[in-house]
Amino acid sequence: MGDIFVLIISCIFINNIVLAQYLGNCPFLGTSKKMETAVGMAMAVLFVMVMAGVITWVVNNYFLVTLGIKFLRTIAFILVIASLVQFVEMFLKKSIPALYAGLGIFLPLITTNCAVMGVCLINVQEEYTFLQALIASIAYALGFGLALILFAGVRERVILGRVPKPLQDTSIGLVTAGVISLAFMAFKGMV
Amino acid sequence: MAKTLAQEFTKGLWEEIPPFRLVLGLCPVLAVTKSVANGLGMGIATTFVLVCSNLLVSLLRNVIPSKIRIACYIIIIATFVTVVELLMQAFAYPLYLQLGIFIPLIVVNCIVLGRAEAFASKHNPIYSIADGLGIGIGFTLSLGALGAVREVLGEGTFYGMEVFGSSFEPFTFMVEAPGAFVCLGLMLCLMNLAGGR
Repeated sequence: MGDIFVLIISCIFINNIVLAQYLGNCPFLGTSKKMETAVGMAMAVLFVMVMAGVITWVVNNYFLVTLGIKFLRTIAFILVIASLVQFVEMFLKKSIPALYAGLGIFLPLITTNCAVMGVCLINVQEEYTFLQALIASIAYALGFGLALILFAGVRERVILGRVPKPLQDTSIGLVTAGVISLAFMAFKGMV
Repeated sequence: MAKTLAQEFTKGLWEEIPPFRLVLGLCPVLAVTKSVANGLGMGIATTFVLVCSNLLVSLLRNVIPSKIRIACYIIIIATFVTVVELLMQAFAYPLYLQLGIFIPLIVVNCIVLGRAEAFASKHNPIYSIADGLGIGIGFTLSLGALGAVREVLGEGTFYGMEVFGSSFEPFTFMVEAPGAFVCLGLMLCLMNLAGGR
């Protein structure tokens, strides 16, 4: 039980997927200008990352390893993620239109979100058990959401200030992300 | 307006140099630029994938149905990424270990897919190679430059050689994640100043 608690804390805070592992930066910078889009993206990532993490774990351990074709992992994973996103999109459109409208354009964008692919690869590389992979995927997704929503909050304030012209937009965004990442480094001493 | 071959090649080096002009594919840029060697290695691997996938996409551009083109591009890119992965395991194993999961993650690097969709699917193979090579070399140079700044300040070395005397106290901040964000942000600002935007 203690191990799982440590895993959750380390995935959310210490090894935060965006701020410590440098993954998923494009949506992190792209969707953080408004709080609304940030929340939408965070939800969509939570949804897809957990499903992708679990399914790629099964694909890896039951197909790729048993058939001895581990070198096809990259291709297999990206296909799983791309088709998963398609299915999720179609399923939501049909059965839960309210959620579909909320997630909107963020779903297709997730195919090229390297955080999703990254978590799948980390799960396999660390040789997690099924339960650990499931929990790690949830925790990483929560960490992504936390970082994104915090960052969106700060960015909404930064827009109000007077930023020198060359520093505007992405540039000041990256510096802000650096400061938040510095704050997250403090969690390193926790475990 | 038709551009010459040379123009297609050189636009990747300054006008559209990634990741500064095209703010795409930031994750590898931040993650692997702890040192010059890692940055250049990653840049070369990406260039290889970019050139090969541009060539193949361009050759197949009239065969691939437009409805499923993105899926086709991703499979083409994933194939070449697997090739790079295996090549690096065979010939550059220490670098492969250093770069870790960022090699398979070239698949989801938006620059590669972006060039396939925006350029290679509309131009002939020779132009596509020139475009891939230009963008790839631009990307490699950016990674090398960022790697150089972070390595010199964070470790006090350049390509493994000592730059400052032994009395130099390295800013370990620069090789950690926050340093990467701040450093890239400031370099972007300098590029904006230089580009007069």
